[in-house]
Amino acid sequence: MHNLKPITPLGGATPRVDTIGAMTITEVVDCAMASVAARNDQRDAVKSALAGKISLPEVGLSTMEAPYSAFWMGMDQWMITAPHESHELLAQEVKADVGDTASVVEQTDAWCRFDVAGQDLCDMFERLCNAPVRSMAAGAALRGTLEHLGVFLWRLEDTTMAVIAPRSSAGSLHHALIGAAKSIA
Amino acid sequence: MIINHPLLGPRDAQEFTYLGDASLLDRPDWQVPDAAQAFHDYLYLRDNPAGDHRELWFHEQGDRSWLVVTRNTLTHEILNVELARDVAKARRAAQ
Repeated sequence: MHNLKPITPLGGATPRVDTIGAMTITEVVDCAMASVAARNDQRDAVKSALAGKISLPEVGLSTMEAPYSAFWMGMDQWMITAPHESHELLAQEVKADVGDTASVVEQTDAWCRFDVAGQDLCDMFERLCNAPVRSMAAGAALRGTLEHLGVFLWRLEDTTMAVIAPRSSAGSLHHALIGAAKSIA
Repeated sequence: MIINHPLLGPRDAQEFTYLGDASLLDRPDWQVPDAAQAFHDYLYLRDNPAGDHRELWFHEQGDRSWLVVTRNTLTHEILNVELARDVAKARRAAQ
């Protein structure tokens, strides 16, 4: 049991990077995640409990206050991310802050993440999903469907979109991203 | 069909799943003496209006919120969309 090697969601030893035309699709594996769901009527208590770490965003938005980031997942529900290297125990850390005001769940290994970057970002995502990509400003985050998968789309910058999807479907998602990138290349 | 989500704005109906009549929010108290009859009525008796209908929709491929959608069953026009949570809370406050 002492010779186990970690693999990426796509099964490789190192994260996959594909460059197709103007687009770069990068498998991101250095990101720890924990979800925070406020308990009944405790939204403000959760926000103030986490104020020292990160300000939790409003509907459809995200916040980045290094080393932490957070995006809105649903009503009174957020995903918090941080570098895996330094915050492997992110869920425990967040739980210690919020106490009984929220439920915190470790999410790191449940998801795969691809950062898609390039000038033709909107052209590419228009082929993949029905999200209003052209009106998503940097920092916007929403959940939608892409290749029949429920994914989070998180506009990190004008030319960069993070796609966060179920880890077990990483191969299918990657196939769709490559296909869309090739179709606009 | 487009459902105008109260938080997220207009979203395609394919992102949602339909549950049924919004009266499902009024679950009977299981401890009352006539609970069996109340649950029978709750489960099986429904109005089937030709016209405005309040119904529960789930935003499954989105933020997973429950909505109360008022829809005209003749024209499919959507007249009002509320968060089911707000509806339930308002009802509880009114009681």
